[in-house]
Amino acid sequence: MSDEIKPDALLDKIDYKTPTTDWMSTSSVQIRPGMYCYSANPKSLDTLDMPYSRKWNPLEEDWKLPENWQEIIHEGLKTRLERFRTFRVFMDICVRCGACADKCHFFLGTGDPKNMPVLRAELLRSVYRNDFSTAAKILNKFPGGKSFSGSRSMTLDVLKEWWYYFFQCTECRRCSVFCPYGIDTAEITIMGRELLNLLGLNIDWIATPVSNCFQTGNHLGIQPHAFKDMIDFFTEDIEEITGVDVDPQINKKGADILFITPSGDVFADPGTYTCQGYMILFKYLKDKYDLNVTWSTYASEGGNFGFFTSHETMKRLNAKMYAEAKRLGVKWILGGECGHMWRVINQYMDTMNGPADFLEEPVNPITGTKFENAKSTKMVHICEFTADLIKHDKLEMDISRNDNLVLTYHDSCNPARGMGLLDEPRYIINKTCKEFYEMPENTIREKTFCCGSGAGLNAGENIELRMAGGLPRANAVKYVHEKFGVNSLCCICAIDRAAFPALMEYWVPEVDVIGIHELVGNALILEGEHKRETDLRMEPLPGVEQTKEEDDE
Amino acid sequence: MNQKYLVPLAVVFLLFLVAYTGVEGAGLQGFFGIFVPYAAVVAFFGGFFYRVTKWARSAVPFRIPTTCGQQKSLPWIKQNCIDNPNTGTGVFLRMVLEIFLFRSLFRNTKAAFNRSEKNELTYSWEIFLWVGALAFHYAFLTVIIRHLRFFIEPVPGWIKFLEYLDGIAQVGLPGLFLSGVVLLAAVLFLLARRIYDNKVSHISLAADYFPLFLIIGITISGISMRYFTKVDIMGIKELTMGLVTFNPVIPEGISGLFYGHVFLVSILFAYFPMSKLMHMAGIFLSPTRNMANNNRAVRHINPWNYDVKVHTYEEYEDDFREKMIEAGLPVDKKE
Repeated sequence: MSDEIKPDALLDKIDYKTPTTDWMSTSSVQIRPGMYCYSANPKSLDTLDMPYSRKWNPLEEDWKLPENWQEIIHEGLKTRLERFRTFRVFMDICVRCGACADKCHFFLGTGDPKNMPVLRAELLRSVYRNDFSTAAKILNKFPGGKSFSGSRSMTLDVLKEWWYYFFQCTECRRCSVFCPYGIDTAEITIMGRELLNLLGLNIDWIATPVSNCFQTGNHLGIQPHAFKDMIDFFTEDIEEITGVDVDPQINKKGADILFITPSGDVFADPGTYTCQGYMILFKYLKDKYDLNVTWSTYASEGGNFGFFTSHETMKRLNAKMYAEAKRLGVKWILGGECGHMWRVINQYMDTMNGPADFLEEPVNPITGTKFENAKSTKMVHICEFTADLIKHDKLEMDISRNDNLVLTYHDSCNPARGMGLLDEPRYIINKTCKEFYEMPENTIREKTFCCGSGAGLNAGENIELRMAGGLPRANAVKYVHEKFGVNSLCCICAIDRAAFPALMEYWVPEVDVIGIHELVGNALILEGEHKRETDLRMEPLPGVEQTKEEDDE
Repeated sequence: MNQKYLVPLAVVFLLFLVAYTGVEGAGLQGFFGIFVPYAAVVAFFGGFFYRVTKWARSAVPFRIPTTCGQQKSLPWIKQNCIDNPNTGTGVFLRMVLEIFLFRSLFRNTKAAFNRSEKNELTYSWEIFLWVGALAFHYAFLTVIIRHLRFFIEPVPGWIKFLEYLDGIAQVGLPGLFLSGVVLLAAVLFLLARRIYDNKVSHISLAADYFPLFLIIGITISGISMRYFTKVDIMGIKELTMGLVTFNPVIPEGISGLFYGHVFLVSILFAYFPMSKLMHMAGIFLSPTRNMANNNRAVRHINPWNYDVKVHTYEEYEDDFREKMIEAGLPVDKKE
């Protein structure tokens, strides 16, 4: 990290003035360390029988491409134009009005014009016009015709440019909110990455989690016994804090509900505290209402890096959720706090791997609430579930335990723009803590800014890209930090919880990152618990130290 | 960069001159007054149909609306029925607002970064593109509807009423139509934005300037005919009625300016289906706007959904059975 670019140096580089040169002619891309991710480990591609696995280095001239790579791209484009109306329409109708230009966090953080969503799409469109537009083909016969029609042949430079910039997009869809035709750059990036994957050009931070997820059930490659070890470890911690053994159930047949969350929650701080929050909630529901929730080691990943690879890979990884629910014979599935996981569940899962006719329409047995909005997919977001419990006054809580928190809330891109889960988490926050301040209006809800590390870009080697891309979000946090003394950034996404600590340390060092169910876990009063002295992070609860001193006197 | 707009500008000039001199010099009234308009209309409808059917033939495998507000979930949480619709009615309203009022463009903001002690990124509401776009489209629509008077005899009352509204300023003789002025102003604004706004200029292609110059050419030639050169309006109506009733005639004495105007309009019609102007139809088919966010409630079918190879639980248990048993995890097969 020592050669990392300093915040001031990064800020000095920001300049929204675009160069006077033509973007099409600057085709020799400078792939710069700090801005790109390492290429995929060939072994990881082999796990899923992905084509052209090989060792290659993005910085080298020769990418060791198959001989007919241009043909593969052309055929790949053609197939996708037929399969996806989004893709075909979005290739044709952009008027380049520029409304999206300054909506992308990567553009705002880097000033690189090719990070304007419109140009990111034009990288692909220029080849589309060259290969598939009759008008452009006629024009291209005249001298200067290519420049007039905006077409480019598929050269190695263009391919490298694709690779560089399609892995500088987090598929957050913010641009799509502002586009008058709803053109969604996420969709373009998804297609671009699918095409690159046809040539074995994935990045390792995606390919290896995908391979792990396929083989062991989760991105981190945690094997079943190690997964249980982690859960046991949390159980011990919770017992130390509360005096209660929460006794989680794993792979339990005949449970009422299967719970699936991103493996990041089980493995990496501060997600682990959110995980403990889930465990406390499930114990509470079991003791008080006899509701049985089980975890699974086979379906131990809520996230889906297949989504960042190809539609097919997404389907292959997602299949485990329904398969495991069927095997365990549960009634319905509950999903943890995660971003892209919920885009996949809300907009793809039922279509890809449904119908889930072996499950029941989800009903909260404690409140009687029917989750009408999930009656076909049969999967409920834990924020919908918990908000319902709190609304019906089914949870006994001591929210003074969260009194040292001054919160703001980050809407994760996918639940915001691919689902619309906006007020459920806010409701829970307001019911579990006292001080909550919103960030400025243009940076929240459907206009929320990405953490800068989503869609598989949360690697270490591209740290400059991540810090630059996260700047708009961090800048808004800094605003509420300075104005209201906000000390905690709350979020409902495992990638956020993995990415934000580094981002905050870089831009707003005094702000911590916290999940919603960590708030719930802190506040819930378990049956038979002893007086808690610390929160789930083993830090003294508000007022505790003081009381101790008073006791001493 | 200059040639990106200089070439289209020159092309539009040239096109106008071709028609003007073709008529005034070579007497090709029949070609420019009958053949070209017919061909352009055929190209327009044929191309339009071809392009839309091509879009429609592409599958819609997933329901992926961009949600811009609160989803429908628990009964006591207020849903944003328009920006995050879960019903057909909601989608319809969303599309109506999008198509008639450019709702998404209305949200437009402008970002600015202030490198100072505070290093603040700020976002301000940017309304001008929305105003310019709305003015342009509605003025153009009004102009087109007004022109229907050349193709219908007798002229229906509602067109006359529209003309009355359009001329309500009651300036000059013949009375000034606001739509023409607004159209010219709006299109010049859009052009200026393309040339002088740093970012927009960088992303613009020649294909973005060409239709702007074409429309400017059409507007200027139209305005000069009405207010300055005073063309033979009766003759023109005879010609246009001939076209629309498939009894084409070329009356004497119509100025070359008119043929230049018609030629540019014809080029616009023919160019339309092969260009970005097809956004007019595309917006209706944009899956991020025209679909309901009800995927968890109503299953969407992917017509090309195919089976994929998965890693089954049985295979997984085979890989890890011993470790699972040792850790006390339940297994399906004991050995």
